[in-house]
Amino acid sequence: MALLELENVHVYYGNIHALKGISIQVEEGEVVAMLGANGAGKTTTLRTISGLLRPREGRVHLRGESIDTMPPHVIVHKGVGHAPEGRRIFARLTVEENLMMGAYARADPHGIKEDLDRVFALFPRLKERISQVAGTLSGGEQQMLAIGRALMARPRILLLDEPSMGLAPVLVEQIFETLKTINTQGTTILLVEQNAYMALTIAARGYVLQTGEIALSGKAAELQANEEVRRAYLGG
Amino acid sequence: MRSDRGSWGRVISGGLIFGAAAVFVSLVGMVEALGVRVIVIGVIDFGRLLLLLIGLGAGYQAARRGGGGVVIALLRGLLAGAATGAGLAALLVLGSEVNLRGMFINASPALFEIISFGRGAAGVPLVVAAGAVVGVLGAAATLLPGTVRGPLGAGVTATIVIGLFQELLQIILQGEEGVRAAIRQLIFVPEGLPPRGALEVFVVVLVASALWRSRRPVVRGWISKRPPRTQRLLRLLGLLLAVAVVLVLPAAGGLFVSQVLVLVGLYTLMGLGLNLEVGFAGLLDLGFVAFFAIGAYTVGLLTSTGQYGVAHWSFWAAVPVALVVSLIAGFLFGLPILRIRGDYLAIATLGFGEIIRLLALSDALRPWFGGSQGILAVPKPNIGGFEFSGPMQIFYITLVSSAFIAFVAARLRDSRLGRAWMAMREDEDVAEAMGINLINVKLLAYGIGGAFAGMGGAIFAALLGSIFPHSFNLLISINVLALIIVGGMGSLPGVVVGSLFLVGLPELLREFSDFRFLVYGAALIIMMQVKPAGLWPAAAVRRELLKEEPVGAVTEGPVAERAEA
Repeated sequence: MALLELENVHVYYGNIHALKGISIQVEEGEVVAMLGANGAGKTTTLRTISGLLRPREGRVHLRGESIDTMPPHVIVHKGVGHAPEGRRIFARLTVEENLMMGAYARADPHGIKEDLDRVFALFPRLKERISQVAGTLSGGEQQMLAIGRALMARPRILLLDEPSMGLAPVLVEQIFETLKTINTQGTTILLVEQNAYMALTIAARGYVLQTGEIALSGKAAELQANEEVRRAYLGG
Repeated sequence: MRSDRGSWGRVISGGLIFGAAAVFVSLVGMVEALGVRVIVIGVIDFGRLLLLLIGLGAGYQAARRGGGGVVIALLRGLLAGAATGAGLAALLVLGSEVNLRGMFINASPALFEIISFGRGAAGVPLVVAAGAVVGVLGAAATLLPGTVRGPLGAGVTATIVIGLFQELLQIILQGEEGVRAAIRQLIFVPEGLPPRGALEVFVVVLVASALWRSRRPVVRGWISKRPPRTQRLLRLLGLLLAVAVVLVLPAAGGLFVSQVLVLVGLYTLMGLGLNLEVGFAGLLDLGFVAFFAIGAYTVGLLTSTGQYGVAHWSFWAAVPVALVVSLIAGFLFGLPILRIRGDYLAIATLGFGEIIRLLALSDALRPWFGGSQGILAVPKPNIGGFEFSGPMQIFYITLVSSAFIAFVAARLRDSRLGRAWMAMREDEDVAEAMGINLINVKLLAYGIGGAFAGMGGAIFAALLGSIFPHSFNLLISINVLALIIVGGMGSLPGVVVGSLFLVGLPELLREFSDFRFLVYGAALIIMMQVKPAGLWPAAAVRRELLKEEPVGAVTEGPVAERAEA
């Protein structure tokens, strides 16, 4: 059974048909990339999975359990962590407060402490800036914080929306390295990216979205080799 | 040299803006109305002080902007002050040529008398010159080192405050002999504060402030060297002293001061509630007075011995019910507006406040709520024969409930729920993605905030002994919102400071009452300019707005300390 499965999901914004029957599978332990141009429906898909949007048609399953009618906070409890687009850290709170906010849904102080240490091990920079107000962090540090905050909920699956957005290339590489580590530590990742090249280097499989539909899917290597993908997303 | 010319132009235009402010306060009648209150006999009254402060402000502002040496700064002050004076002079000329009273009822001969130093149109050069002198003084204030400016400012402020409240202070210090009488005779004459008394006050406060400034580090050092036990004891002693002072306030201040203090307490209760909604949870609420009304009506209906009373309960039995009813009202109030954000929320809540008031006023519900005649004969609370008969006694109920509710609010702020509110305030979407149940958390904010205000309403009913719908108008909601902004959004001490400033002060200065909302508006604008985080900012806001942290700081200590400070 797949960890996460979307089955013919249709989502509307008012009259606008944003997702036109999306079907996606993410297996336990995988990194899956979702590629596509602006407005293809990538963010909408993630928001639908975490319950911030409701599908009008179709189903979302987490380990076989249908979660598409559950409110967002219950879905978080079920093990879906979401690092939303544009980082959206709590700018006025400190790094530590931000991370603790990520553990809001949990009630196991020991586990929380463990995960805090884990996040600091993944992002030593965050530990250095533990008492600093998050709004004064650099862009890369804010992205680390956003990922760390999502990890604090100890999710089974981490939904990442454009982690490379607005970052310098060297930082992007660092972030993707860390994502790989997070994955090998046992967290499944569903990654939305415009930086298709980076995404496909760490992902096992990928889906290409086009105007609310899945245009292509397959192994990362296949997608990298695909003429259309190369032309549209890999600049070659 | 264009930029230089530009900057001089800015000095003059800045001065003219202050001049326009001076003309404005004159024409709306503030100068004349406040002129009734003499500060120092034969020297200055409140109206003239207002104009003086505007001139000082012009000079201060002009000198503070832009660099240059001492002479340049003083020159800037002179120019800005003269421009301010020119504004008033223009009014003077206009007023002597045309009769302005057709349009501006306050452009009276008495006003021109004040502005022109009693010389009419011939006073024009004098007004400009006076403006210039005052402007230089304002500019000079920026040049003084803190060690001089601090005590000087304290001395002037103390003199003004004592002059302003001389009537009240004389009542407090009444009596024929003893310490009180001695102090009174030393400073005051029966008519007010004479120049000699003003000088005495000024010098004493100046010296005391200077001494305190120079000795403070020594005292601090001495305390920090004591063992922790002693330090705790000293802190406890300080706290007890503060509590003792607060406890004797009504007895020392008399009926009028008690009345004002109770009002401050009621606004503090409401402020704590609204602060929970707006400051903690980020939910704007312009209909907050509704909960105050619900608390008052609940107590009124349950305890009244008059026509509309339903139960003849005691005050103490009715208060918990009032809390529960306003809590439930908060939940119900929250339900329809759960999905509304931002400006729309402001409008929706505005409506709720009005609905409650209009329901209480309506003829349809008159058989139950008494319509515009209200509910009469609400008995005073009493414990074992002791009756809380007036403000001097009810003050203690207000004090205890404010302290209790502030404690509850502080505990809530630091609780899990408080963290959820904070997350929601910062970013609703992300809060939801963090696993926070927005529906519960929002409803709890409205409910608990409402219950706090309901407590205030309950005391209000007992204080007045009667309840009328017109007591619960929109302006109360606005007052409460203004006071938490001035005090500092999300800050608990800020609520008390805000209500002392925005409720207490205007009550004590009755001449203000006509200009209350003008003063509120001005106070809010000045606050946003000078202290955008409020008088007593909450920790999170302070961190954001002061931006003191060096971005590269890697050590934990200093940053953490600063965040706490």
